Amino acid sequence: MEFPVATKTQHDQWMVESQVFRRYKLFEDVPRNAQSLMLELQRDNHVQYLTRGLRGLPASFVVLDANRPWLCYWILHSLALLGESVDDELEHSTIDFLSRCQDPNGGYGGGPGQLPHLATTYAAVNSLITLGGHKALSSINRSELYTFLRRMKHPSGGFRMHDAGEIDVRACYTAISVASVLNILDHELVHNVGSYILSCQTYEGGISGEPGSEAHGGYTFCGLATMILINEVNRLDLPRLIDWLVFRQGKECGFQGRTNKLVDGCYSFWQISDQGGVFALLQRIPSVSKEQIVLPDMGKCCTLDSSHASTTSSMSEVGKSSEGTSSQVDGTGDFRQEGLNIPFPVNFNDIGYDFINKSVEMKPLFHAIALQQYLLLCTQAENGGLIDKPGKSRDFYHTCYCLSGLSVCQHISSDADSPVLPRAVLGPYSNLLEPIHPLFNVVLDQYHEAREFFTRH
Amino acid sequence: MGSDEEEQWVPLRNRPELSDVIPVQQNDGPNPVVPIAYKEEFRETMDYFRALYKADERSPRALRLTSEAIELNPGNYTVWHFRRLILEALNDDLQNELGLTENIAQGNSKNYQLWHHRRWVAEKLGTSATSEELRFTKKILSIDAKHYHAWSHRQWVLQALGGWEEELDYCHQLLEEDIFNNSAWNQRYFVITRSPFLGGLKDMRESEVCYTHNAIVARPENESSWRYLRGLYKDDNLSWVNNPQISSLCLEILTAKANCVFALSTLLDLISHGFQPSQEFRDAVNALQTSDSEQTDSDVAKTACSVLESIDPLRANYWKWYRSKHFENA
Repeated sequence: MEFPVATKTQHDQWMVESQVFRRYKLFEDVPRNAQSLMLELQRDNHVQYLTRGLRGLPASFVVLDANRPWLCYWILHSLALLGESVDDELEHSTIDFLSRCQDPNGGYGGGPGQLPHLATTYAAVNSLITLGGHKALSSINRSELYTFLRRMKHPSGGFRMHDAGEIDVRACYTAISVASVLNILDHELVHNVGSYILSCQTYEGGISGEPGSEAHGGYTFCGLATMILINEVNRLDLPRLIDWLVFRQGKECGFQGRTNKLVDGCYSFWQISDQGGVFALLQRIPSVSKEQIVLPDMGKCCTLDSSHASTTSSMSEVGKSSEGTSSQVDGTGDFRQEGLNIPFPVNFNDIGYDFINKSVEMKPLFHAIALQQYLLLCTQAENGGLIDKPGKSRDFYHTCYCLSGLSVCQHISSDADSPVLPRAVLGPYSNLLEPIHPLFNVVLDQYHEAREFFTRH
Repeated sequence: MGSDEEEQWVPLRNRPELSDVIPVQQNDGPNPVVPIAYKEEFRETMDYFRALYKADERSPRALRLTSEAIELNPGNYTVWHFRRLILEALNDDLQNELGLTENIAQGNSKNYQLWHHRRWVAEKLGTSATSEELRFTKKILSIDAKHYHAWSHRQWVLQALGGWEEELDYCHQLLEEDIFNNSAWNQRYFVITRSPFLGGLKDMRESEVCYTHNAIVARPENESSWRYLRGLYKDDNLSWVNNPQISSLCLEILTAKANCVFALSTLLDLISHGFQPSQEFRDAVNALQTSDSEQTDSDVAKTACSVLESIDPLRANYWKWYRSKHFENA
């Protein structure tokens, strides 16, 4: 067989395709009972791999010695997605360990005694929320953490990762996510962060790490989630963003991180997103995207239809906290006009909560079953743990984000309070994972507990 | 620096220059989670690092220790940060830092700390570093032409220090090698919109449309070039719709009847912004209908959506949604 001269992109792509398709062909050729076995989520293996990692890691992990709260988060969140919790002793040890990573002046470092860093702060806070309970949640020094976040705030509107550290979209997301979930988000932290994110939306439609860089799945998740949490998502060009996103799913059925890159091919050290999460975000803001699409040339004088301000039944809960009501949140949702300086009547800390209580208004725009097929058939390592793509080795990061993506796929068409239909779950129904809050990526039950705790305290 | 590696490692407790330092162990607690089975070399190096860091000792020996610690774990941002404090205090020759970072990059260049350090150094060195930074990033990009950190650094160099003159040629060269390299397309966009020598997007648009047209005709399945074409009209939908070159490019690809997904989606984009398709477009789109497409619709946009639903089934939901948002509710 003769091939035309291939470029590097094509060559690499064909290699991966052939590996993935070989696996799909194998799946097609086996009898039905063997097929359902192949589609089974290997829960026991995954749990064993994760629990073992929490107890001890080999010397090769020194390259992650400044990321130990991340290791905690990837492992604990993966276990929570699988419906497992750690025993009391491990829970106690985790809280104790993370307290040693907490800086006296706020924030968490990558290990005991290390400089506080926004990314490890995010990981530590999400780990403690995932553990839940008074001891874990009260171990977070929120007032010092707020001081730390203010110290990381840069005049451009963005955030620095650590003292004199780099400024990028990750830093914005981790800062805003932590502040929002801990109920300490305010105007000072929000100020101009939306303009920074906006400057990172590229001509392709996705969001880059810094202004000028290439649109990237991880940064797009970070940027979009940030914009939703600060109530400025309408400033983004959502139709272009959606168009870019839907094209990230390739014929291997999984997602690539950038145009013409390999499926799940993100090797960067810190990258947050499984792209399924981004769709979950978009799916819940359809009224917003409709506005922009129906009125493409009216961007400067956009008004929101009052029907978009419909409140949901859960508002009694929100009513407790001062100004915020859902209609105010929605009604002030449009900040497309630059330089709009009037204070907006929004309680930022309610936005994440309102978000999950919006009903799912449309079908997912990506192929949720195809993505589950990729995750189940191509990313499960033989002895537990999940991987980037066939041929790669397992790690906790991919385990965490493959499982998070799988959960999003399974739950994407269901409202929070209705059961997931069997047809939404590829493979046995026992594959069903716990649902997550897609803006924070913590399991939903644990999110609710944390929200209640931090509203009271 | 490099020669240190070949020498036998001397335990720090046996080094005369560190004899007065009392190592500080990591405060991991009695039952740490995710404990790493550190090798002796790593444990001891970090214990000594901790001692000097805690004492805030900004000395030559502390500087040497940070490079050892960085080599053992280039991801430790605290060590890098402390190194910068020492360099500032000692007013040390920053040329060494270029060697150190290049050395680390040879092992694993996908590391935020290394690039942040490099930027800090280049900023201090100023325009004298321009050509070295362009060379360094080019070297990394010759190994991995889509290296995210290398591209970000290169963009920073261009903006902060200059060196734009040959950048468009460099993009062209990379695209000649691999027309699917989206990072090279992104860099091209960066150059034509920001280079102080080129006059900005509006001035460059005509020649860029031409360039992209050729790229698309050569490879109509290449998403990168289609997105670049659309990007040339960012914030200017009127010119996008009114340039006959764009619509005729769509027609050209549609008529060839292969790899039509992006031509169809571009046509839909044009129509949704007010483009009035002629009979030629109707005929070309109708000719693409497969047996499983829905019946011919008098509305060419709706027909295009149905064709996409059948030839691009992974995105069938998207095309259904697109049709209902743009062409049914309006």
